Amino acid sequence: MEQRLRARLRIDRGAFRLDVDLDLPQRGITALFGHSGSGKTTILRAIAGLERAPGGYVALGNDVWQDDAHGVFKPVHWRALGYVFQEASLFPHLSVRGNLEFGRKRVPAHARRFALEPVTDLLGIGALLDRRPDGLSGGERQRVAIARALLASPRLLLMDEPLAALDLKRKLEILPYLERMHEELAIPIIYVSHAPDEVARLADHLVLLDDGKVVASGALTETLARVDLPPSFADDAGVVLDTMLAGHEEDALSRLEFAGGALLVGRRREPIGTHLRCRIHARDVSLVLARPEHTSIVNRLPAVVTAVAATDTPGHVLVQLRIGASPLLARITERSRRELGIEPGLQLWAQIKGVALL
Amino acid sequence: MPDAADLAAVRLTLELATVVTLLLLALGTPVAWWLARSRSPLRHAVGAIVALPLVLPPTVIGFYLLLLLGPNGPVGKLTEALGIGLLPFSFGGLVLASVCYSMPFVVQPLQNAFEAIGPRPLEVAATLRASPWDTFWSVVVPLARPGFLSGAVLGFAHTVGEFGVVLMIGGNIPNKTRVVSVQIYDHVDALEYAQAHWLAGGMLVFSFLVLLALYTLYPQAVRGRR
Repeated sequence: MEQRLRARLRIDRGAFRLDVDLDLPQRGITALFGHSGSGKTTILRAIAGLERAPGGYVALGNDVWQDDAHGVFKPVHWRALGYVFQEASLFPHLSVRGNLEFGRKRVPAHARRFALEPVTDLLGIGALLDRRPDGLSGGERQRVAIARALLASPRLLLMDEPLAALDLKRKLEILPYLERMHEELAIPIIYVSHAPDEVARLADHLVLLDDGKVVASGALTETLARVDLPPSFADDAGVVLDTMLAGHEEDALSRLEFAGGALLVGRRREPIGTHLRCRIHARDVSLVLARPEHTSIVNRLPAVVTAVAATDTPGHVLVQLRIGASPLLARITERSRRELGIEPGLQLWAQIKGVALL
Repeated sequence: MPDAADLAAVRLTLELATVVTLLLLALGTPVAWWLARSRSPLRHAVGAIVALPLVLPPTVIGFYLLLLLGPNGPVGKLTEALGIGLLPFSFGGLVLASVCYSMPFVVQPLQNAFEAIGPRPLEVAATLRASPWDTFWSVVVPLARPGFLSGAVLGFAHTVGEFGVVLMIGGNIPNKTRVVSVQIYDHVDALEYAQAHWLAGGMLVFSFLVLLALYTLYPQAVRGRR
């Protein structure tokens, strides 16, 4: 049976109220996404036991961490979790090796899941072991913090905006390591972020939070394609497609296949067969009733309209489409919708002006 | 040259200061930890009580300790009932009085050091499977080392340097309660200035060296003191 993370949490702090009931799959990366103040970090801290949610319930599979109805509350140090804070928070009195060993040596040998070396290799910190934390760059510190959390053999890794304190260059330095963790380690991760690009790039599962409440939860591609989200999320509407690099064209373009069609993008250097994730913004998609012939846009795909919804920008609507098994969103004016008669069920063509590879 | 009585006073002073410093660290650490971490409304009152010796004349402390520990005081009755006897005018009484009197000099640097650590390292340690007790020894103590060092040095030096409380609780009994500061007073009283110089000059040099070492090695610990 599949293990799931259950968390029923209610916290009332006067102006801020959190009330969530999460049931998350225990594999892949689940992103908790929302604006600041939406309660993302509080949820993570309550799952870890760093914060008390009176009357709450938290269980990882059969392992109940908190069940106030039955007087159960496991202290943080008894929970098999890893926690990566926004600031690396390395212990300044220990070397990098001392930091890495801190959690590892507190786990009984038979319960350890990783040896030191594979983890330091995975995160590219093998050469830093004898350094002091204050001599490391921000990106290196955060990688050590992630390795430290992994070496405590967690069954669940909680990451609280691990990249938010870093500049863009450092972020881009760390993201590939996170992707490798995702591919190579069978540890479920809950990843808190308010950066859409990070979420689009890393997450498999998405929980959207607004003002202490869950507004949507589900597989990333399906959840991003919903048109009934609060307006504050619709500004940046767009879908994520999981594609595979299928081949190269003669004219320096590469073909990405996805469930329902194929896209052409600028020449990729990855080997054929590589999985690539790309993001298509709703504002980069235009709709045409007949097959477009005389256009400079190379990505033209047949699609079916599945839903139409208003946006918070007056005069604009969001159109949800399906291309085979994959969803797509287009943001067009209400006038165009009326003139073209766009309604659910209509077959038309989507022209995609930009594909962002993540 | 210092005579045998002077050396006995020096030995007694060092013994007293060592015992008092160890007791102060043992008792002051939990008090400082509680003051640094507690959100209880009582913490202000406790902090003020610990700090009282900083502002009160030693005679006031000595007077009340004398009443408390004397044959009619509650603590005096207790110690007699336990078969320890009465504490005033004994080495034990001197230790107790010195612990009360030097407490703020240990608690305050420790409290500052604990507060400076903040909650984050403790949370990190908990997520890395360390129990609170484990965290205290493996994270808090190393990070608060300057606070422990400056608390120990100041507690020791302050115990060596006290006079009023010693005189009131300990009196002036050779080899039992006659410490260096009292011995100096006796020499001056008897116009034995040369002998007073040996001890007084020694104290001056000792205190200077202790503080110099502290300021040089741990300037941040001394600056952190209120």
